Amino acid sequence: MSRPELVAPPEIYYGDTEASKYTQNTRIQQIQAEMTYRAMELLNIPEGETAFLLDIGCGSGLSGEILDEEGHIWAGVDVSPSMLEIALEREVEGDLFLQDIGQGFGFRPGSFDGAISISVLQWLLNAETSHPTSSPPHRLTRFFTTLHSALKNPSRAILQFYPTSDDQIQLITSIAQKAGFGGGIVVDYPNSKKARKVFLCLFVGGGGGQQVPQGLADEGGDERVQFERRRDRETKRKKSAKSKHTQDKDWVLKKKDLYRKRGKEGVPRDSKYTARTRKPVF
Amino acid sequence: MVRLITHNLLACHAKGCTSNNFPLQLKDVQLEQREAEFNPDFLRRFMPKLDWGALVDTARQLGDDSLPLEQPEMFDDDFLRKLHHVLLEVSVEEGAMVCPNCSHIYPISNGIPNMLLAENEIG
Ligand SMILES: C[S@@+](CC[C@H](N)C(=O)[O-])C[C@H]1O[C@@H](n2cnc3c(N)ncnc32)[C@H](O)[C@@H]1O
Ligand SMILES: [Zn+2]
Repeated sequence: MSRPELVAPPEIYYGDTEASKYTQNTRIQQIQAEMTYRAMELLNIPEGETAFLLDIGCGSGLSGEILDEEGHIWAGVDVSPSMLEIALEREVEGDLFLQDIGQGFGFRPGSFDGAISISVLQWLLNAETSHPTSSPPHRLTRFFTTLHSALKNPSRAILQFYPTSDDQIQLITSIAQKAGFGGGIVVDYPNSKKARKVFLCLFVGGGGGQQVPQGLADEGGDERVQFERRRDRETKRKKSAKSKHTQDKDWVLKKKDLYRKRGKEGVPRDSKYTARTRKPVF
Repeated sequence: MVRLITHNLLACHAKGCTSNNFPLQLKDVQLEQREAEFNPDFLRRFMPKLDWGALVDTARQLGDDSLPLEQPEMFDDDFLRKLHHVLLEVSVEEGAMVCPNCSHIYPISNGIPNMLLAENEIG
């Protein structure tokens, strides 16, 4: 099977039919959610803080929904009208823009507290026309320079993507560096053909002691650590949700009702991890 | 939806349009109101990112004059609730955003602005 980005331009590939197939596929939902949680962990927003985030290539909102769940306020950009339409139907909370990230952003300097991008960057590696502005290096440069300026100092951008070669990784990281970013590549489960995931972790503002995080190892042990941490976070979040409850009870109730009406995918996901029986760590 | 929180961060990104390209002028707008969770800590942290003049102007153009012309020094609860409403509970669903410098029109339909540029407008 050919990789989607080699089949057609994104706004054509993700037309009405593919966009709805993509969004309804429970396997895809689960993988995108999993990677978004991991990206949020790497983004490292202080515990309990509501951030203003950018979801790059937000698509139908599978990644954005998790930003909603974690209580963040966000804007999302995507070049596929069909994907955005589904995001509207799913009533995600972010502000959506029809935008080609290869053309760059117009956000004022320091707008965002962070950015994530899940399964998008590989699309920038293919030229669609012969016009000079559509060469991959030109588009990557526009993208990274305008992203760098849109982020506050210090902050991070975490971009999960599917490179097909080390050359591609090399090209992307060198352009990101020239645009002013620090950081590097994090590879989770490097030895598993299926679970292997590549995250480009970009830092704005050097010096601040930002180190490239460790990738997750293949053994079950580290996976457990990840879930432990998430579980901690979730318990904390539930606690803080409780205190909000007393302040803005109506709002929370309304919200819960809305989630219920939507048949929120997050609900089964949550319970899967929260109810998990765990082996002792040692 | 285009809430004023995002509108206040958005400048024109057409080629060569680098000054006087903010704020984008809202035209022929249809607005929608929807409740959002009040989060005073978030708002306090967000204040330094805002262009206050642009926010007040835009809100007034949309018929909301609840915000003071001068950014207050103390952010009391009453002020933060007004700011919350303007930033997060009003959104533009239809209309257009027009660049004050190059006059590029970014149409908004179904709450989604079309930010795509023609080939000759790409920087
Ligand atoms: C695999 S989907 C991921 C969507 C979403 N992040 C998720 O996790 O479900 C890839 C998305 O990238 C978008 N995309 C590809 N190239 C793009 C570009 N140049 N500008 C903006 N979006 C793009 C596609 O339209 C598609 O919605
Ligand atoms: Zn302009």
